[in-house]
Amino acid sequence: MPTRLSAWLKAGIPVLQKDLRVEFRTRYAYSALVMFAVTTLVTVSFSIGGATLEVDIAASLLWIILFFSAMAGLSRSFVQEEEAGTVVALKLAADPEPVYFGKLFFNVVLLFSLAALVVPLFLVLLNLTVAMPLYFLLVVAMGCLGLAGVTTILAAIVSKAGAKGSLLTVLAFPVLLPLLIGAINATRSALAGVPAAYLRPDLNLLFFYNGIAVIASLLLFEYVWNE
Amino acid sequence: MGSGNSVNIKNLCKSYGYRKLFAGLNITVPDKSVLVVLGHNGAGKSTLLRIISGLVPATSGRVEVVLGGRVLSASERRMRMGLVSPDLELYAELTALENLEFFAGVRGIPFSREAAGELLESVGLKGRGRDYVGTYSSGMKQRLKFAYALLHDPYFLVLDEPTSNLDEQGIAMVDGVIRRQREKGIVILATNEPREVSYADQTVSLA
Repeated sequence: MPTRLSAWLKAGIPVLQKDLRVEFRTRYAYSALVMFAVTTLVTVSFSIGGATLEVDIAASLLWIILFFSAMAGLSRSFVQEEEAGTVVALKLAADPEPVYFGKLFFNVVLLFSLAALVVPLFLVLLNLTVAMPLYFLLVVAMGCLGLAGVTTILAAIVSKAGAKGSLLTVLAFPVLLPLLIGAINATRSALAGVPAAYLRPDLNLLFFYNGIAVIASLLLFEYVWNE
Repeated sequence: MGSGNSVNIKNLCKSYGYRKLFAGLNITVPDKSVLVVLGHNGAGKSTLLRIISGLVPATSGRVEVVLGGRVLSASERRMRMGLVSPDLELYAELTALENLEFFAGVRGIPFSREAAGELLESVGLKGRGRDYVGTYSSGMKQRLKFAYALLHDPYFLVLDEPTSNLDEQGIAMVDGVIRRQREKGIVILATNEPREVSYADQTVSLA
């Protein structure tokens, strides 16, 4: 199994490279992600003026932005394969698992690059200081991994459906709710500053959620892909 | 690898809801031969080819792709089969060479620009490898589909309306591809073009 896993990961790299190359040339997904995130942040920043949000509200706002940005852009890589008809060529050339890993890596790269842009903007525009910066970064990274992991398999399902636009959000919300609750709690703690022991349950939740999401997606992906 | 190679279609049935496309289809395509699938529009020619390629599941029955006396798994079938089909599209945002490099990468086969250039030349796309596929005409895209299908030197070549959108030179290129493939493997071809029917060692007509 470890040999097969490393072979799948290796074979997923060309899929990642191809998606990054196509994205760099078209900016289909990244434009959608960035536009939603920046518009929301700037609007909230103007509406609160110079005031500082309470950490509870700020933590929720960050994950609302990241969640809806992910919904706006992360389905593109699968939807575009279906709409352009390239999915047939890809199915004939690649085993399902490398395709899953390639698309997962692509979504992770996309979401991490969005977070790298949005999180500093979020802190500056909302006048926030982070009491535990390393924990904060860890929570953002783990939350983004979970978002990308779940969105990848759901995007593969949604790409086969007719009403692609809203379906991803409808399907993703209940599945991502535990992750979002854990990420919001952990972000609030990292912003406010609490003893590290208080953070551990939320970090454990994020860690196990991500593991289960990726393993379950990998097991299910072949059925979704070949449907 | 001369004997023990075949495509065996056994009691194959495909339905969409209540509509039965075909049922009880039994065909053996022996080594070094061409099967031509005939039938009017909507008879199920493309669906049959998609089932043979492993893209669509059959309602019942099965397709065995046999190489060296052994039935290939789905993954092995992908490695040994090439498909040209109207449904198949290549990446418009990539150049022809980038497309071939990508598909070589996911298939895990070595890629060289020189060999890819020669392959493109053999399908009539000499000097166009660095052009984006999105700028290609429909005939050029059809030629590129042949380069995609032949990239991994498949033993089984499945062609759905292979000469559509092609000019006389393109049709001659397809002639050459089918002739060479028949000498070394198996060709399955869906068409209603009389010229293409003449390639057949056996035909099957879907009602």
